Amino acid sequence: MLTQKEVWQALEQVKDPEIPVINIVEMGIVRDVVIDGAAVTVTMTPTFSGCPALNVMRDDILAQLRTLGVAQPSVNITNAPAWSSDWITPEARAKLNAFGLAPPAIHGGDVNVILFDMPHCPRCGSADVTLKNSFGTTLCRAMYVCNQCREPFEQFKGI
Amino acid sequence: MNAKLTSTLDARLLALADDELILAHRDSEWTGHAPMLEEDIALANLAQDELGHATLWYDILCDLRGQPDEHADQLVYFRDAADWRNAQLLELPIGDWAFTMLRQFLFDQFEWVLLPTLTKSSHVAVAQAAAKVLREEIYHTRHSTAWVRRLGQGTAESHRRMQAALDAQWPLASQLFTPMPGDAALVAAGIWPDMTPLHQQWRAKVSDMLAECDLIAPASLANHDSRANHTQHLAALLADMQSVARLDPQADW
Repeated sequence: MLTQKEVWQALEQVKDPEIPVINIVEMGIVRDVVIDGAAVTVTMTPTFSGCPALNVMRDDILAQLRTLGVAQPSVNITNAPAWSSDWITPEARAKLNAFGLAPPAIHGGDVNVILFDMPHCPRCGSADVTLKNSFGTTLCRAMYVCNQCREPFEQFKGI
Repeated sequence: MNAKLTSTLDARLLALADDELILAHRDSEWTGHAPMLEEDIALANLAQDELGHATLWYDILCDLRGQPDEHADQLVYFRDAADWRNAQLLELPIGDWAFTMLRQFLFDQFEWVLLPTLTKSSHVAVAQAAAKVLREEIYHTRHSTAWVRRLGQGTAESHRRMQAALDAQWPLASQLFTPMPGDAALVAAGIWPDMTPLHQQWRAKVSDMLAECDLIAPASLANHDSRANHTQHLAALLADMQSVARLDPQADW
């Protein structure tokens, strides 16, 4: 009989294919695990609603559950409550920063923080940065340039 | 929910989903063609977001209809123009950059007044979807507002183009708020808001922006055509968008 802990640990092996340095548990997109005999149901929530990585992550979760020996794995996708970037754990924020992707500010739903709190440059740590584009190479990224070290960088957008 | 409420909610969801989907497609037409790389990326993102939003509304619609065979892909790829319910504003060709950005702005502002009220809908799935979409729209409204200001207050040429876009779009934008038969019952049930006060809020917000840019809204009559009526541009858009899916309807994507 599988335990909750074993399933959650297995889910930590699943990465967001667009951000391979952090796993789906520390991103806060795994919302629930239900173990019912041979059936294990994982509930997850998308980051951005148009995220094309969603189906990849769903398939990766199913594959992980099968590796654990789950006979009846399933994934339930929910949109409520809406995912918030505030749910990304402090450890994952540090990993994002080390990867060169500035983590979003903790905003608590405040639009002004989402739009106007500038990230620090993940390369040199400077707060002197300029937003170049609210939109980036994936739905969850914005593009900045650091005025100190002159390097461009991306930020995981706050929502 | 009684049959009358269900059919009106069906019509409201279909209209909103179709609006988002058709705008997504028009925005996606800029991919590889936008005037600068940053905007190429921005438009691809806007398109992908609107596509995600359309999917949320279509999914709720399909649940409401309760027909196991029906799903979003089918509604999008296998419906002919006469069965679409998007507003005409959204099906017009992309035009120039001013035309695209003004349309995005007018639609973003429409969502900006509609979504906060939808988050309070007594229909749980509608309220939840609205909360999700609203967060993403923060970035859309900032982007389209900045462009309307930049072009409206820019050069004589950029201002002229914005005014031309406004002249063409203003009468059509009213259609976003056109009442539908059965609305009163939906409003009474707390499922969907009354569109008339939302139209006033929208007009006030948009007018402030236009005034900042010395843009004059034309006095022409509002277009309150039924959403069943379309320009010839929709059929052409659908022929393009649906062609691959229709080549092999049984294909597994």
